Amino acid sequence: MSMPFYVSPEQLMKDRADFARKGIARGRSVVVLQYADGILFVSENPSAALHKISEIYDRIAFAAVGRYNEFENLRIAGVRLADMRGYSYDRRDVTGRGLANAYAQTLGAIFSSGGEKPYEVELFVGEVGDSAADDQIYRLTYDGQVADEHGFAAMGGSAEKVATHIKEHYQPGQPLDAALRVAVDALGSTETGAERTIPVESLEVAVLDRTRNQQRKFKRLSDPELASLLGERSALPPEGS
Amino acid sequence: MILEQRLPAAYLTPGSSSFLDFLAAQAPEMLPSRRATPVGNAGDLAPHGTTIVAATFPGGVVMAGDRRATMGNVIAQRDIEKVFPADEYSCVGIAGSAGLAVELVRLFQLELEHYEKIEGTTLSTDGKANRLATLIRSNLGMAMQGLAVVPLFAGYDLAAQHGRIFSYDVTGGRYEETAFHSVGSGSLFARGALKKLYREDLDEEGCVTAVVQALYDAADDDSATGGPDLTRRIFPVVGSITASGYRRLPDSEVAAIADRVISGRMERPDGPAAPLT
Repeated sequence: MSMPFYVSPEQLMKDRADFARKGIARGRSVVVLQYADGILFVSENPSAALHKISEIYDRIAFAAVGRYNEFENLRIAGVRLADMRGYSYDRRDVTGRGLANAYAQTLGAIFSSGGEKPYEVELFVGEVGDSAADDQIYRLTYDGQVADEHGFAAMGGSAEKVATHIKEHYQPGQPLDAALRVAVDALGSTETGAERTIPVESLEVAVLDRTRNQQRKFKRLSDPELASLLGERSALPPEGS
Repeated sequence: MILEQRLPAAYLTPGSSSFLDFLAAQAPEMLPSRRATPVGNAGDLAPHGTTIVAATFPGGVVMAGDRRATMGNVIAQRDIEKVFPADEYSCVGIAGSAGLAVELVRLFQLELEHYEKIEGTTLSTDGKANRLATLIRSNLGMAMQGLAVVPLFAGYDLAAQHGRIFSYDVTGGRYEETAFHSVGSGSLFARGALKKLYREDLDEEGCVTAVVQALYDAADDDSATGGPDLTRRIFPVVGSITASGYRRLPDSEVAAIADRVISGRMERPDGPAAPLT
């Protein structure tokens, strides 16, 4: 018996989406939260060299989950696009919306083109404004869909679980330490309900801080800074011990 | 500018961490060195910036520039800024064709920032100085048509933990200077002044005073260098770089030092006297 050659478009897209989703679900989560002075990005990332959270431009940052080589390509393309635009026009003319748009077009085109494997990535593009109301958080999925997020969002492996945890504890306008604690606890929450304490060395945290008096608002938080912000933590054994 | 479309393939191709290289491949017409200029001397068409002075002190380096731009015998601008932060730990001062110089500074700033973002780490002080040499070298053609740009580069070397100064020639030659240096039309006079005033143990404020004195001497003898403008309260731009990064001295701080320098010159117009032996 010969195999049928016809595959319905619905099935084709579903297969591609399943493929991408599976890849993304393997990775650890990244969360983004608005806090009093800007936008906070937190992820669990044991590697100190391979970043999931990065600076794109003065007020714009990028966070990703999924396949490293794919989102790294997108990150570099974003930096190039932003720098090129800022150099051609002015630094103020580089916007998170423009960048999110370019990413959406790129991911969408790759997802629906037959020749390319869909990217197994999800991205956040955050842009900090002069006030919390002007902050923008865009979430981009593997198929090029863009969603505007408000307050907080999570993506990656256990995104739903993490988002539920944040929803229970998050308040708008929290100071940095409180927001960070919510995010880290959420990343440590597991399916079974047991809390896991993620050691600071395995956290990758950065902020877009609108109160920073430099033009570039992006700042990575070092391990000692994280330890002092998180303060006393419950003495649960860290993961793997 | 492509924004509403898919990112071009070249943007997604792994490659150089240099913005200059990327620009040369993607939009070469945006590089000053790729622009065709008609034969002849174009030097008189645009304003020129003049004197920049830099000096090191224990724990850092300061750089100062006068505020004058000239076009022939005309003062084109009296409050031009010629000292710019290049990144958090370095700065660049420019003498020569002002428009081109500002464009090169923008490119240089972006080159350092781009590298930092892509690589996740900053270039070494020598690496930065070499990138600036590359930029200047590519401008040789325009320099020969009278549009020379001669920068002075200073930075705090985080590895060596002291301030460093680099000077350049129009062919991109890069020379590390010790203690102090000056470029631009008034540089001979400024350097002469610093020779007599500079001491290795000066603190930051002393070092700033020395460079302000040097600029005063440059303006005293070079018509293209602007002295302190007392009626308009326009004083040199002074940047200081230490382990805590670049800081542009507030106008009030520079004004206070300049006022002291001027009141000294009221007594002795040639400035402080150095001992004979």
